[in-house]
Amino acid sequence: MIAHAIFFYVFSLIAIISAIMVTVSKNTVHSVFFLILDFISISCLFIMIGAEFLGMIMLIVYVGAVAVLFLFVVMMLNVAQQKNQWLLSEDSSGHIPIGLIISALIFFELIIVIGGWKYKPDLFNSDNLQISSELSNTHSLGQILYTDYIHVFQISGMILLIAMIGAIVLTFRQREGVKKQSYIKQISRERSEGVEVLDVPSNKGVKIDD
Amino acid sequence: MIEIGLGHYLTLGAVIFTIGIVGIFLNRKNIIVILMSIELILLAVNINLVSFSIYLNDLSGQVFTLFILTVAAAEAAIGLAIIVVYYRNSGTIRVEEIDNLKG
Repeated sequence: MIAHAIFFYVFSLIAIISAIMVTVSKNTVHSVFFLILDFISISCLFIMIGAEFLGMIMLIVYVGAVAVLFLFVVMMLNVAQQKNQWLLSEDSSGHIPIGLIISALIFFELIIVIGGWKYKPDLFNSDNLQISSELSNTHSLGQILYTDYIHVFQISGMILLIAMIGAIVLTFRQREGVKKQSYIKQISRERSEGVEVLDVPSNKGVKIDD
Repeated sequence: MIEIGLGHYLTLGAVIFTIGIVGIFLNRKNIIVILMSIELILLAVNINLVSFSIYLNDLSGQVFTLFILTVAAAEAAIGLAIIVVYYRNSGTIRVEEIDNLKG
């Protein structure tokens, strides 16, 4: 129990500090690195409280894919020129205190909800989704993911497909002057337009290039 | 303090959620940081769902976290594609200079 408390406080402290650094740091690349640190510490928390599959998936998806995607975009977009001071732009500083006040209000509302929340066991009726102690986390998650939630699972696959197609369509650019292979032209050639039979007079030759 | 309960995890989720919202409000740099703040908010939601799922002994919270993860990945891909297209067209992704709609 002591170890649980120590690990929780260490990981959550790292997570909160790196989350602050994501929004505060001036360099965007540093923000991405702090985002990676945040995801890693949160996934360590997940693994610690018993959701191992989600912790590992979080490492793979966020650190392996999304953060690298962010790094690619930061690298391509020349954000070094876009650097700007934080909180100090003079023409639009009017909304900053209002934003801080609204954020503090949201935080206090959340804390009030957490403090006043009572666990009522008679409200929850979830017999078939109980976490069993003899199966591993991945096993039990897979058992209900492919039976009870199969349609949602398929729809999430469709969402990923649509996102992939949308990203390709958005960033695809047709350039001028690039030679490309045209399959329909290739396979619809006839012999009559590809081959020309010439009558070559002797000792004269022909020019075939013009 | 030593006994780590559900409230500790929910408080951690609330803190990270609020940091994400502050990052959206106070951002003066570029849109990529706003996208990262949205990722932070989704992470806070995931923390809440997983801790509820563990402490209430109900597995459906983790399934929902899996789907939120999927949607977050799709959203990041689409958002970054939009940012790339916007940068290609207008040459800037600073928040203050994106005022085409005059809002």
